[in-house]
Amino acid sequence: MADTAEIVLEVKNLDISFRSAGETVHAIRGVNLILRRGETVALVGESGSGKSVTMKAAMGILADNAKINGGSILYRPEPGAEPVDLLTADPAWVRKNIRGRSIAMVFQDPMTSLNPTMTIGAQLVAAIRAHETVSRKEARDRALNLLAEVGITEPERRMRRYPHEFSGGMRQRIVIAIALSCNPNLLICDEPTTALDVTIQDHILELIVSLQEKRGLSVIYITHDLGVVARVADYVNVMYAGKIIETGTIIDVFYDPRHPYTWGLLSAIPDTESGDTLYSIPGTPPVLTKEPVGDAFAPRNPYALEIDFKEEPPMFKISETHAAATWLLDERAPRVPRPEALEARIQKMRKEAADYVR
Amino acid sequence: MSDEKKKLLDVQDLTMRFGQNTVVRKISFHINEGETYGLVGESGSGKSTIGKCIIGLNKPSSGTIRFGNEVLKPGQNVREIQMIFQDPMASLNPRKKVSDIVGAGLDIHKLCKTPQERSERIGTMLERVGLSRDQGERYPSQFSGGQRQRVGIARALIMNPRLIIADECIAALDASIQAQVVNLIRQIQLETGTSFLFISHDLSMVRYLSDRIGVLHRGFLLETGTPDELFSHPVHPYTRNLLASKPSPNPIVQLRPETRYDYETSGIVYENGTWHTVDGSETHQVLCTDMEFEKWGLGK
Repeated sequence: MADTAEIVLEVKNLDISFRSAGETVHAIRGVNLILRRGETVALVGESGSGKSVTMKAAMGILADNAKINGGSILYRPEPGAEPVDLLTADPAWVRKNIRGRSIAMVFQDPMTSLNPTMTIGAQLVAAIRAHETVSRKEARDRALNLLAEVGITEPERRMRRYPHEFSGGMRQRIVIAIALSCNPNLLICDEPTTALDVTIQDHILELIVSLQEKRGLSVIYITHDLGVVARVADYVNVMYAGKIIETGTIIDVFYDPRHPYTWGLLSAIPDTESGDTLYSIPGTPPVLTKEPVGDAFAPRNPYALEIDFKEEPPMFKISETHAAATWLLDERAPRVPRPEALEARIQKMRKEAADYVR
Repeated sequence: MSDEKKKLLDVQDLTMRFGQNTVVRKISFHINEGETYGLVGESGSGKSTIGKCIIGLNKPSSGTIRFGNEVLKPGQNVREIQMIFQDPMASLNPRKKVSDIVGAGLDIHKLCKTPQERSERIGTMLERVGLSRDQGERYPSQFSGGQRQRVGIARALIMNPRLIIADECIAALDASIQAQVVNLIRQIQLETGTSFLFISHDLSMVRYLSDRIGVLHRGFLLETGTPDELFSHPVHPYTRNLLASKPSPNPIVQLRPETRYDYETSGIVYENGTWHTVDGSETHQVLCTDMEFEKWGLGK
């Protein structure tokens, strides 16, 4: 086990609900998460699964109607330093020292995260000077270097341009430059490429991976796209209805998935070899205004056992790195093999991987 | 299927200019009866504009669109062509009941003689797309994204169209719901024989639904073929780049694009290209010059 000094972020038993229109939505129902220095952890799930809310809590940017019912988010700015609980720390201190400085965030839509009335140079300089007392000149020089670092050519000229004069991919590069402007330790990317075309997505993913290596960043990646996860992450957490239902290294989860929901997600990825129908998970995710009884996925789960409708499954440990919350892993459960089509696909992926390594 | 394929839609030299910008450049393709044609391209490639020209929301600058035996006038709207839009929230009137949204086409064209007939047809259609009759009494806000898209499909389908244009109709949905909608469309194709023009940026989804696919870039149609032809033997560097850019769900094998395709530096000028047939296939064609065709290893 890696020692705890290297843990950058640890989310423990996080529990959050929202009040909306007289109803309480229990959006996060006990999330646990560990991120170590220099690693990339992905949070995958559908809309409403709670992946963004978890990270917004860490950034202290939850909506006003959110209520934190319990748990902690421990953040260690430097190796070996005493961790701070971001949920109980003084909000003013978090705003000054953590948010945007030590932890930076990149959002989905680069157009709404940039100010359309300011040149990008002015926005970069403002971001740098908001957190550090440096001269305008020095801030400008740093801004130029940052733009070059994120792959924007002719930074001198581009500094004077407005966001609308850039393409989507270029805008996202600028957002990344702003996020990096205060030398963060931790970068949270919330669907950073969802609004971009695949060819542009590829460039942005490569940029994030290379910046991470160069700067030793720790990264949390929020996405619904398992292809993106496979490309960038070291660890993956699959979320469903406010809980992490499977966690492991990408090797664990892609080559040996254990939770039926993960099976469904992997099966629903269009294959390059065509079959006639695409697997789809029946039903829709639950609305969390009512506390689910048993496993929240049970009503959509063709492999659900009787107990799934009564009692919530705990996390079953599969290996040092791999765990999943499904009663199928209980020793008393019947042996349920993965769906045939998925098993075939996994075998094919393993074979491709073996050939590739060779 | 070797029997006579009948062209349902035939687009010839379609060009669309917005002021100085030419977004669609002399594009020609056809869709046979009962066939699904996938148009793939990134933002700005002109794919949505083509759809809008066909349904009459845009007036083409030049070129002809033939539907059945009729040449469509610019901006002409044909009842037998229906459209499903990307954003199911923005395309459904939030103040109308779902039954009225689905029935709007029937009302406009006065297709039902009695209220009973109307509600019967709406009810049947809702069930057809996997909703219940009672749900017709609800409003769009009470539906999830996937259900709303089913409403959009029902609204199009109730007119018994011969062609449905689906513009990014699954892009806004979650992965598990996307698959449901894709399968629903597939089922409709099989049951009704309706032709589809499926417009998308996602090549891998398109292949599930399409008999033939056209790849668009910068307003040009670059390559067209059956899914098998395009996936197993993509010819144009842009198509190859597009295929390789999609991250694979296999973590160890991340096929990186061999060469980053950049139109500006590629030396390819789309204007100079002419259509070349690949491997003697009737369906697989690529837009390029003779020299490029040769360079890509396809001469003779």
